[in-house]
Amino acid sequence: MRRLKNSIIRTALLLVAFLFCLEVTAAAASPSTGLENIFKPESTPAKAISDFSIFVLIITGIIFVVVFTLLVYSISKFRTNPEDANREPAQVYGSTQIEMAWTIIPILIVVVLVLATARTIHAVQDAEMPPTAVEITAIGHQFWWEYRYPKLGIVTANELHIPVSDPEHPTPTFLKLLSADTDHSFWIPQLAGKTDLIPNHPNSMWMDPHRTGIFLGQCAQYCGTQHAKMLLRVSVDSHEDFATWVHAQHQPAVQDAKVAEGRRVFETTACVNCHAVNGTIANGRFGPDLTHLMSRDTIASGAAENTPEKLHLWIQNPDAIKPGSLMPAMKLSDTDLDSLVSYMETLR
Amino acid sequence: MSTDAIAIPNVQIEPRPWIQVLHDWVTTVDHKRIGILYVLYALFFLVIGGIEAIFIRIQLMYPHNDFVSPQVFNRLFTLHGTTMIFFVAMPILFGFANYLVPIMIGARDMAFPRLNAFSFWLSAFGGLLLYFSLLGGNGLYGAGNAPDVAWWAYAPLTARAFSPGHSSDYWTLSVLVSGFGSIGTAINIIATILSMRCPGMKLTRMPLMAWLSLVMGGMVLITITPLSAAQIMLLIDRYLGGHFFDTQAGGSAYLWMHFFWIFGHPEVYILIIPSFAFMSEIVPVFSRKPIFGYPVMVGATICIAFVSMSVWAHHMFTVGMNSYANSFFAITSMCVGIPTGIKIFNWIGTMWGGKIQFKVAMLFCIGFLFQFLIAGLTGIMLAAAPFDWQLSLSYFVVAHFHYVIVGGILFALFGAFYYWYPKVTGRMLSETLGKWHFWLFVIGFHACFDTMHFPGLLGMPRRIYTYEPGRGWDTMNLIVSIGAFIQGIAVLIFVWNLIRSYWKGKVAGNDPWDAWTLEWSTSSPPPAYNFATIPVVASRRPLWDLKHPEDPDSRYE
Repeated sequence: MRRLKNSIIRTALLLVAFLFCLEVTAAAASPSTGLENIFKPESTPAKAISDFSIFVLIITGIIFVVVFTLLVYSISKFRTNPEDANREPAQVYGSTQIEMAWTIIPILIVVVLVLATARTIHAVQDAEMPPTAVEITAIGHQFWWEYRYPKLGIVTANELHIPVSDPEHPTPTFLKLLSADTDHSFWIPQLAGKTDLIPNHPNSMWMDPHRTGIFLGQCAQYCGTQHAKMLLRVSVDSHEDFATWVHAQHQPAVQDAKVAEGRRVFETTACVNCHAVNGTIANGRFGPDLTHLMSRDTIASGAAENTPEKLHLWIQNPDAIKPGSLMPAMKLSDTDLDSLVSYMETLR
Repeated sequence: MSTDAIAIPNVQIEPRPWIQVLHDWVTTVDHKRIGILYVLYALFFLVIGGIEAIFIRIQLMYPHNDFVSPQVFNRLFTLHGTTMIFFVAMPILFGFANYLVPIMIGARDMAFPRLNAFSFWLSAFGGLLLYFSLLGGNGLYGAGNAPDVAWWAYAPLTARAFSPGHSSDYWTLSVLVSGFGSIGTAINIIATILSMRCPGMKLTRMPLMAWLSLVMGGMVLITITPLSAAQIMLLIDRYLGGHFFDTQAGGSAYLWMHFFWIFGHPEVYILIIPSFAFMSEIVPVFSRKPIFGYPVMVGATICIAFVSMSVWAHHMFTVGMNSYANSFFAITSMCVGIPTGIKIFNWIGTMWGGKIQFKVAMLFCIGFLFQFLIAGLTGIMLAAAPFDWQLSLSYFVVAHFHYVIVGGILFALFGAFYYWYPKVTGRMLSETLGKWHFWLFVIGFHACFDTMHFPGLLGMPRRIYTYEPGRGWDTMNLIVSIGAFIQGIAVLIFVWNLIRSYWKGKVAGNDPWDAWTLEWSTSSPPPAYNFATIPVVASRRPLWDLKHPEDPDSRYE
């Protein structure tokens, strides 16, 4: 009975260990695409981190197997034998040699890990900015992202466009990270580790995506009520697409006579206090720049798709999409709302 | 030495009115009663904090779930974190130290009994202040009724601009007040251990529980102080127009992080060192061998205490320190792994060649060993700064520290409950219910916290009230929630066991485990004065010497 119980215990423990190892391997080698797996890097810093992480995983994995085996062995081998339960086992108080051994071996492991760590920190953090780099200032707001391209003269929000970087002719992106209010953190798992945006404490980070596509992430540092819906969306464009996008962003806001009524609503309500549209009186900076709103796939920092219906809902009742966001409900009449949304629809 | 407690005089005691019994408990300065008060108080908050955790997990079961609003969710995790650290883990460990340390060193009470009572009531009212915010936090229309700043309360979220009303004030006051209580108890534990030991109890003969409590007390003194200073600075900001952390007026958010983590990281060791102490008392008894390498265990603990004072900024690898600072804190953090590893090996050394009895207390200790091993290894991953740039602030970190606090500290605590309950109440806890508790908890724990690592690797940040579908997080979060519910059931079984065994449990006798430290030499429960005559000891295991006069420990030490 006791033997049976012990073998059950042992099997259960082995099962747990096995499941754990399985899950680690599954996560590390997951072939599923589309997931923002930190072990599927698509840029140099993320690759450096991922390679280093796998090295750390291997070392800790070996330690795990060794200590786990020792543990399982000792609890299964040294259980009480009911036949001589009355005799106490030999009383051993310690052994200097053995204790030296299990002090020195961990020290050696730590030395190896420290060297690898320092090397990776230096490689990622102290990288020089090449003259071909794209410079962007990212400003965290409650609960959206503002992006400024100072050299290109572009201000946009929430969806970051950066060029792909060919290892032969690198065009990495260097981000300067600022915060307008509370702490935030910029995290695109496949492109780089996270770096916080802290008020009065400018930070920087860089990434050089090796392929085009959309990369997702989100604010990682708790920043207030809607921390959860402060999503990040990075569009890595080919050089041609990036040039097209830059050109489009340079265009002044569309002035369409058909939606003059919508523009009037926009300019005569509180919208202009927070939002900017180039070429109008709207130059607010508390909310996202709307000059090229329609060039973005999402609104409300990724909380909803950029469709006329969602825009309607967002303007009239933001809490339905993102409760606690700082966008107020505008309480417009239906006709005003319709014309405002038609105006928004023209801001390509 | 004397092992007999004076028998309680055989006089029929009149049943006393409940108001007098209550009065006795409220005004008590007896270290055992204060210890019990600490533990009961912590158990009460454990249930509250657990209910908050269950609410959090229900909300996160499915993407776009709307079980609670984002505002409520943010308050839930703030209360859960603050409660579990400051009003469960700290007081429960202080409770055990309060109860056990004086008896284990052969003393009749703590050095300062009245300070002891004062410290307990400070901590107790600290906890009430936090929950009073639910009633009194509003202050202004639109202000929240409970703190929603997370348990780190990072500036500038606590500044007036972002936290109107009084909820942050209640948070900071409750932490400040209970912090003063912790400092009082720490002073008391240190003074007791240094000056109240019975004859023959040299420092080198103290049970490891006493040694580790001494180290814990020292760490509390050093680390609660900066935390309290920061809370006072925050109050100055909020009420006297100061700008320490008010970034809108040029204050520094960064400064708060340093203040918080120079407390926050050693705090983890303040919690885990008493758990090491439980392990070091329980594992030898159920392996029927003395602790392997006693001097090394003491040395490793002191080493952990020192090194842990210099690792705090590994919580800040993502905040933009330069590469030298990052490397320094990565090195120091990894160094903690060395003495911690030594401890795990020494517990294995203790079991090696022993005759292990799989009592429930020992099962929990074995669970501790496996889980603490994994928690330590994920800790190394987090100490490796570049890896941490990906893992930090994600669910991986949440899984890691729950592995430490639940898989480590709570398992050791459960072990301690099963081990010392007979001493405190005179009754044994049910082993059958205990096994149900253990296995359900192990299953729930692993379903919950093993799985929780992986959404972090897939980019799920912590402290989000909901998430988008299709990012690979859905199934995992469902499993995590189910695991949390299973743990909840296990804890209910445990609470039921505590209550039922108090009346129905087997009578324990003085020494149910055939153990070796002084608390087992007195009656169960011990009389108010602990020992009829102050014991005299000649070795680390006085009761072993007594039971084996032919082969006493004192011959080898």
